[in-house]
Amino acid sequence: MSPRTTTIAKAVNEGLRRAMEDDPKVLVMGEDVGRLGGVFRVTDGLQKDFGEDRVIDTPLAESGIIGTAIGLALRGYRPVCEIQFDGFIYPAYDQIVSQLAKMGYRSGGKLSLPVVVRVPYGGGIGAVEHHSESPEAYFAHTAGLRVVTCSNPADAYFMTQQAIRSDDPVMVFEPKRRYWDKGELDPAAEPLPLHAARVARAGTDVTVAAYGPMVRTVLEAATAAEAEGRSLEVVDLRSLSPLDLDTLVASVERTRRLVVVHEAPTFLGLGAEIAARVTERCFYHLEAPVLRVGGFHLPYPASRLEEEYLPDLDRVLDAVDRALAF
Amino acid sequence: MTVPVVGGPGGRPPQPPLVQLLTPEGERVEHPDYSIDVTPDELRAFYRDLVLVRRVDAEATALQRQGELGLWASLLGQEAAQVGSARALAPQDYVFPTYREHGVAWCRDVDPVTLLGLYRGVNLGGWDPAEHNFHLYTIVIGSQTLHATGYAMGVQRDGAVGTGDPARDTAVIAYFGDGATSQGDVNEAFVFASVNNAPVVFFCQNNQWAISEPNERQTRVPLYQRAAGFGFPGLRVDGNDVLAVHAVTRAALDRARRGEGPTFVEAFTYRMGAHTTSDDPTRYRIEAEVEEWKLKDPIARVKALLARTGQAGEEFFAAVEAEADRLAEHVRSECLAMPDPEPVSMFDHAYRDPHPLVAEERAWFAEYHAGFEQSGVDESGLAAAAQAQR
Repeated sequence: MSPRTTTIAKAVNEGLRRAMEDDPKVLVMGEDVGRLGGVFRVTDGLQKDFGEDRVIDTPLAESGIIGTAIGLALRGYRPVCEIQFDGFIYPAYDQIVSQLAKMGYRSGGKLSLPVVVRVPYGGGIGAVEHHSESPEAYFAHTAGLRVVTCSNPADAYFMTQQAIRSDDPVMVFEPKRRYWDKGELDPAAEPLPLHAARVARAGTDVTVAAYGPMVRTVLEAATAAEAEGRSLEVVDLRSLSPLDLDTLVASVERTRRLVVVHEAPTFLGLGAEIAARVTERCFYHLEAPVLRVGGFHLPYPASRLEEEYLPDLDRVLDAVDRALAF
Repeated sequence: MTVPVVGGPGGRPPQPPLVQLLTPEGERVEHPDYSIDVTPDELRAFYRDLVLVRRVDAEATALQRQGELGLWASLLGQEAAQVGSARALAPQDYVFPTYREHGVAWCRDVDPVTLLGLYRGVNLGGWDPAEHNFHLYTIVIGSQTLHATGYAMGVQRDGAVGTGDPARDTAVIAYFGDGATSQGDVNEAFVFASVNNAPVVFFCQNNQWAISEPNERQTRVPLYQRAAGFGFPGLRVDGNDVLAVHAVTRAALDRARRGEGPTFVEAFTYRMGAHTTSDDPTRYRIEAEVEEWKLKDPIARVKALLARTGQAGEEFFAAVEAEADRLAEHVRSECLAMPDPEPVSMFDHAYRDPHPLVAEERAWFAEYHAGFEQSGVDESGLAAAAQAQR
């Protein structure tokens, strides 16, 4: 397959297809993933090509999806579960946190649970309530889970396959408002390790770390800042558990300033953890406190307000200004 | 609020008849749908299982009372439900237990000592599930019914149902209690099993009490009748009748292996003891109820049958008692010999692949510990000194 331009949604689809071709034990399961191809069409065509036994339209019960996926994994399968929208994951929270995350530990390493949970997440699509949330911190907080999120088609393609190959359970958060963003995909390229962060844009004045849907926002902010003579270094974290702090710390040691950006509320969000850890490791390098840009401590508001609620280019630049003003 | 209950004396719904093949008095009776031919050897083997399982349970309760276990969940009264069902399993069948299935574990050749690790606090479940086709104990109520259903869906995908090959066709059994039937997960398991026609037997031990809450707090209909609404058969069996439980479970497992889908078995039994060693049932149930169920004891009726029909005599009963004593001694001495785990071992197995945060914290912890060793003061010494100063 040659390099080409594609979308994140299509790249996830290709990643799933490739994983299913490589390993007959890989299953796709979730609500509407089969005949419909998923509400975002991410699983389009998979049931037609791999059959109903491998691409399973499940009953509308999220706990049931994860619970049966655990049983399938115990029988030797590698289920890839789709949770239709971020806000629908909570009925499955118990199965994910109490069973999926802990079962390998509970067994003293005798059991492995190679289950992938795909979650389209984040706002910006004008949706009704429960369709725009960013629940990743709940899962990053849970030992036993790995948590990753992609921001471009190449990562979507490779990270999907890497997550499926992992013998640990992996939560893959997919930035739903970026599903149709285009980018280059070279299937023959050598991918980064699943849990490596990536410097998405080199710069010298401030490091801005982001992940998932906010990476594009931050890259746009960096372009705007450049026009004003400010050089932002953008780090796409890619992995939220484990965090690739080494890449981030190396960047902060160069720029001496850090802003962390995510859609999720800042209170006890990933930014809080990153601020604490980077401060501990970079205390004598920092010229300013680590600043955070994120959602407010609110339920996700009605969609006519979401442009005000979500971090945008201006809020990122405001934080950059504050960091530089110290 | 008083909820009117339709029918039945004393506010209880009318109770349907049980499948029963052995009465509490030890009389063999026939049932039109279920029969069992049990040889003297098989009947003696059932008796031995029941006695040994009860003896292990009593020993574990004693170990808890003596401070050697943090907790124990007694199966007293439920021996026949567990032994009768588990002895119907084929080697390739797979079991998903709750935390009370010590009798099922026994029938799957899990050393009873191994069960104690969880309750002593030296591990979270010490046996290898794959070695016994017996999953780890699940403590969150009802979660394992979904795991069982998913496992059964895997069995279907492996083509291990309906082949007619008795060594290949596989069934899955999920154990749970009456309280669990109120859980969403159990109801979701019924839905998933039903629409997938999964080879799973839902084996509910209705022991009448979910800690302090009686059946009336869980259901307005006999539990087995729930199955009809999900589209598969359900039935109630005398859970204290090892023969009936065996016959009914065997039929349900055979049905699953043939590819005919799930069955709900409600084993009607009674939790003779407390919910766990931390519970005090005198706060919520009357002694007369317990006395009534003592007359339905699962072991006494087998012994009565064996003795009355001359299939076993005093010599046999004495030999089983002696074996039970030896087993109890094994459980006791091995329990006391169980070492506490090395502190640093808590960092093992959180992940299968390396995780830098766990590695970092493990290294810090190991170094922290080594610091105490070098200074010649252990942590407990420091803690004691701090305590003394207060």
